[in-house]
Amino acid sequence: MSIRVENLIHIYDKGMPTEQLALDNISFAADDGRMVGIIGHTGSGKSTLLQHLNGLLRPDSGKIIIGDTDITQPGVSMVEIRKKIGLVFQYPEYQLFEETVAKDVAFGPKNLGLSREEIDERVREAIELVGLDYEEMKDRSPFELSGGQKRRVAIAGVVAMRPEVLILDEPTAGLDPKAHKDVLNMVEEVHKRTGNITILVSHNMADIARLCDKIIVIDSGKLITSGTPYEVFSKKEELRAVGLELPPVTRFTETLRERGIDLAATILDTDTAAEQIAAYLKGKAK
Amino acid sequence: MIRDITIGQFFPGDSVIHRLDPRVKIIATLLFIIELFIVDNFLGFAIAALCLGVVINVSKVPLGYIVRGLKPIIIILLFTFTLNMFMIDGHVIWKWGFLELTEEGLRTAVFMAVRLILLIIGSSMLTLCTRPLSLTDGIERLLSPFKKIGVPAHEIAMMMTIALRFIPTLLEETDKIMKAQQARGADFETGNLIHRAKSLIPILVPLFVSAFRIAQDLAMAMEARCYRGGENRTRMNEMKLKKRDYTALVLLTMFLAVIITESKLF
Repeated sequence: MSIRVENLIHIYDKGMPTEQLALDNISFAADDGRMVGIIGHTGSGKSTLLQHLNGLLRPDSGKIIIGDTDITQPGVSMVEIRKKIGLVFQYPEYQLFEETVAKDVAFGPKNLGLSREEIDERVREAIELVGLDYEEMKDRSPFELSGGQKRRVAIAGVVAMRPEVLILDEPTAGLDPKAHKDVLNMVEEVHKRTGNITILVSHNMADIARLCDKIIVIDSGKLITSGTPYEVFSKKEELRAVGLELPPVTRFTETLRERGIDLAATILDTDTAAEQIAAYLKGKAK
Repeated sequence: MIRDITIGQFFPGDSVIHRLDPRVKIIATLLFIIELFIVDNFLGFAIAALCLGVVINVSKVPLGYIVRGLKPIIIILLFTFTLNMFMIDGHVIWKWGFLELTEEGLRTAVFMAVRLILLIIGSSMLTLCTRPLSLTDGIERLLSPFKKIGVPAHEIAMMMTIALRFIPTLLEETDKIMKAQQARGADFETGNLIHRAKSLIPILVPLFVSAFRIAQDLAMAMEARCYRGGENRTRMNEMKLKKRDYTALVLLTMFLAVIITESKLF
C-alpha cells in the first residue's frame, strides 16, 4: 500500500468574494511502514489536506492515489475510502457519544458493515492496542474517563476500522505532559504493530523529529519543503521564514555551533547531542 | 448544506442601510411585517415588493444571496400552497377524485406564498444589514421603557446576543462533529426516515456536550469579569438618531400611508 498525492488544489468558496486558495499544488508520496509528519502554522492548510485524504473534501484539481485507486474519481465508494484511510481529528474525544466505551469504538466497524464477531474482535483489539484494559473499560461511559483516556478511546474508534493509512491531526493537543508522552508512545506502538502508513500532524517539532521518517512542510497552502527530518531541519532559515522553529535540542546544538563549538550539524536527539558535547569537552580537556 | 442557511446571518457592508440606527431598522421591519398583513390585494404586494427591492438595491446585498435564504422554507411554502389550493371552497376549475382546485383557492395560494416570501426576505434584510450586536442593543433600547413593568430588557438582549454569537460557533462545531463521524463511516444521507433520524444521534450527543461545555466556560468567563446584569452598565457606543435615521423614518411613514390608503381604496 502506498499513498500518492499529485498536484492537489483546493479553493474555498469558489466564486464568492471570500474565495481563498487553501491548497496550492501539493504533491507528496509515502510507502508502507512509513510515518509522515506534516508541519505548518495554524491556517496553513494542513487540516484541509487531511480532509482530502479521507474524501471529506473534494479537490478542485489533482489526484490522490491510494494503492491503485484514485479516490478523487467520481464513483469511488466512500465506504471503500474510509476502510483504507482512518482520520483522527483534533480533540477526537468530542465525538464520543455512545453509552459505553465498547459501543463507541464499535461505531466505525459497524458502519463498515462487518459481522458481529468481527466487530467484537476488532473492538477488543483496538482498545488493547491503544493501551487500555478491555475488560475494565468496555462497559464504562466514555464521559466519565480522564482526558487522556477519552483521547485513547477516540483513537481506538478509528484504529478499530483497521485503516491502511492512519492520519492523526495533533493527537496530543491540550494534554498534560504525561498524557502527551503516553499518547505519542501509543501512536508509535500502533504504527509499529500495524506496519501501515501513519500521517502525523503536530506543532511539536521534537515529536516530529523523533518519530517521522519523512516531513512535509506547508505554508499558506503551498508545499515549502519535504524530506527526512535531517534534511528538513537543516533548512533552518527556510523554516524560520514560515514561522517554524527547530526542535529544542537542535536549536540548542545549533546555538553552540554558532558560538564556535565543534559539533555535528542538525542533531535531532538528546542522546547524540550529549555524546557530541561530551566528546567535545573531552577533546578540549586533552 | 449548513452554510446555505442565510436567515439570521449578517452580510458585511457599508451601505446607508447598514449604517442606519438599529432601532429604526427594527421598527421598519415590524411595520413592514404588519403592512404585509394589512395588504389584501396584489397591487399592495407590488408596492411592498418595489419598496423592498429599493432597500435591497441600496443595501448592496446580492439578490442571489438573499434568495438562497428561502431554500429552507421551500417545503413550508409548497405545503401551504398545496393546502390553500385545494382546501378553499369556490368556483371549481379542475377536479380529480376528491381534490377540487378552485379559483379562489388558487388565488389565496399565490397570495399567501407571495406574502410569506416577502415576509422572509423583509425580515432577513434586518439581520443581513445589522450587526448582531447593534441589533440586540437596539432591542434593549426599544424594550427599556417596559422595564418599569418588570420586563428584563437587558437580560433579554444579553441572551439574544449570546444566542446569536454562538450560532456560527455551534455550526462550526456541528460541521466538525459531522466530519469526524463521517470519517468513522457514518452516513447521513441515505436510508429511510427512521434510519436517518437515528444517524443524527452521533451528531446530537457530542453537540449537546459541546454546547454545555461552551456555556459553562462562557458563564465562568463572564463571572470572572464581574458581570452582574444590566444595573448601571454604560455602553461604549451610545445610540443617537442621525439625519439619515429621520429621513428613513419619514420614508417609512410615507410607505405606511401609501399601503393603508391603497388597501382602503381597492
